Amino acid sequence: MALFDMRLQDLHNELASGKLSAAELTEASYKRIAETDERIGAFLTLNEEGARARAAELDRSGAEKGLLHAMPAGIKDNIVTKGLRTTCASQFLTNYNPIYDATAAGKLNAAGAVTIGKLNMDEFAMGGSNENSSFRPVRNPWNTDYVPGGSSGGSAAAVAAGQVYFALGSDTGGSIRQPASYCGVVGLKPTYGLVSRFGLVAFASSLDAIGPLTKNVEDSAYVLQAIAGHDGMDSTSAEVAIPDYVSSLTGDVAGMHIGVPKEYMGQGIDPKVKESVLAALKVFESLGATWEEVSLPHTEYAVAAYYLLASSEASSNLARFDGVRYGVRADNPDNLLDLYRKSRSQGFGQEVKRRIMLGTYALSSGYYDAYYLKAQKVRTLIKRDFDQAFEKFDLLLGPTAPTPAFRIGEQIGDPLTMYLNDIVTIPVSLAGVPAISVPCGFVDGLPVGLQLIGKAFDEATVLRAAHAYEQNTDHHKARPQL
Amino acid sequence: MSIGMKDVEHVANLARLELSVDEKEQFVGQLNAILKYAEKLGELDTDGVEPTSHVLPVTNVMREDVVKESLSNEAALLNAPDDEDGQFKVPAVLE
Repeated sequence: MALFDMRLQDLHNELASGKLSAAELTEASYKRIAETDERIGAFLTLNEEGARARAAELDRSGAEKGLLHAMPAGIKDNIVTKGLRTTCASQFLTNYNPIYDATAAGKLNAAGAVTIGKLNMDEFAMGGSNENSSFRPVRNPWNTDYVPGGSSGGSAAAVAAGQVYFALGSDTGGSIRQPASYCGVVGLKPTYGLVSRFGLVAFASSLDAIGPLTKNVEDSAYVLQAIAGHDGMDSTSAEVAIPDYVSSLTGDVAGMHIGVPKEYMGQGIDPKVKESVLAALKVFESLGATWEEVSLPHTEYAVAAYYLLASSEASSNLARFDGVRYGVRADNPDNLLDLYRKSRSQGFGQEVKRRIMLGTYALSSGYYDAYYLKAQKVRTLIKRDFDQAFEKFDLLLGPTAPTPAFRIGEQIGDPLTMYLNDIVTIPVSLAGVPAISVPCGFVDGLPVGLQLIGKAFDEATVLRAAHAYEQNTDHHKARPQL
Repeated sequence: MSIGMKDVEHVANLARLELSVDEKEQFVGQLNAILKYAEKLGELDTDGVEPTSHVLPVTNVMREDVVKESLSNEAALLNAPDDEDGQFKVPAVLE
């Protein structure tokens, strides 16, 4: 078995017994990138010198080796890494050199992981196809004519292609789960506040969450373990006890009661995707879980509420990119105002401008109540749908996306259609609860993801159910031919 | 509500964006389509519903007022497009 096909636990055992070194693992990662990334486009920046030095240091160190020790990791390029270029896939930040590490990146370092490089994405995490990267689009490793999803498309594609052994992504309305689904990997969006946002370049602050993309559920649990926890540097970081996620992977889901939102299985969902989800329910039944249909009646309003709220927050957050303190500054401005206008207009791509415009409009005088405040109230109704469902169910289950990946270029001219790809991930983000996407089959050679949604801070149950499903299916073992 | 060229220009000014004529025309169409879709929210009666700005029950988070390490001048200016005498440099604000 190739190194990049192995579980983190197996690699760890090889390292612990001295059969494998950090240097070998790092080299294997760069070799794989050299072989495949011209076709995939997952990386924006490689950290070759830094990673090799780090691997050599880890091999010399006599310290106790934790599970992530020496594991080659990729980090989405909106998570800042000290001294390693961080662009958010935007021309605006082409040469941005962070002066500190994001908390999640620092925690991975502390756990011994090796940062291989920074991963491509939709510019400022706005998009669901990676076509909005201002450097190059990412291609789906299963079929390079297709999108990998987004915005964490580089993270999902790099893991699917075996370039890194796990990756960090960020999810605002589905940006970890949807690319995981399209690329046939496992993507976990933790509860809002479980993982510190310090050093995550803000898109929509009330929704943004950092989480792992991995080849399997056990690896996801290990990575989550390393990055979860309270952080004084993020005032929306939750003060909750962090359980041992890996020990929750018992394989036992007997007696678990699962709700299947009928709105997630209805109009707009590809019938073949639905079939894969129904087949997954049969697996859960065979393991002693029970399920029934449930209604989340405000689902159809989630996309509209989300695009108003997320764009409003984005218009405010992206005001910091003014060409004064960092990023690109336009040449020969007439005055300070002109400097702001020109720098922003030259630095931002179309989707980013579109969302800044939408958000600025929704927050502007005369429209605030009709759009922004209305959307916040609808968010309350959507959250209540979940609160009520979780009074009865341990877990909710549905597809991660309505369809498998689409062709590059197919939807780029139609923003609204593109936004509707997120119809089953967005409500979960608005409610702030955790959800995982795990591979549950293929439609026409492209992967399909199963979404398992849990109660706030109950990642342990989400992971346990996903792991039990995985242990009884082979979908996660399939690999793209590259 | 539908938005026209003038609205797009007004909002672009608020957002400190300079748009080409093509961009403006494109945004008139696209923003109208998105806002029309958002009118869906009007179907819901939200009288008496509290807005959710945040899902966590946290408001103001305080810490002890103690001096902590802060960025050095050098680090703060590391990414500055232009600087002089340890300060960010911008075009003159006053004539």
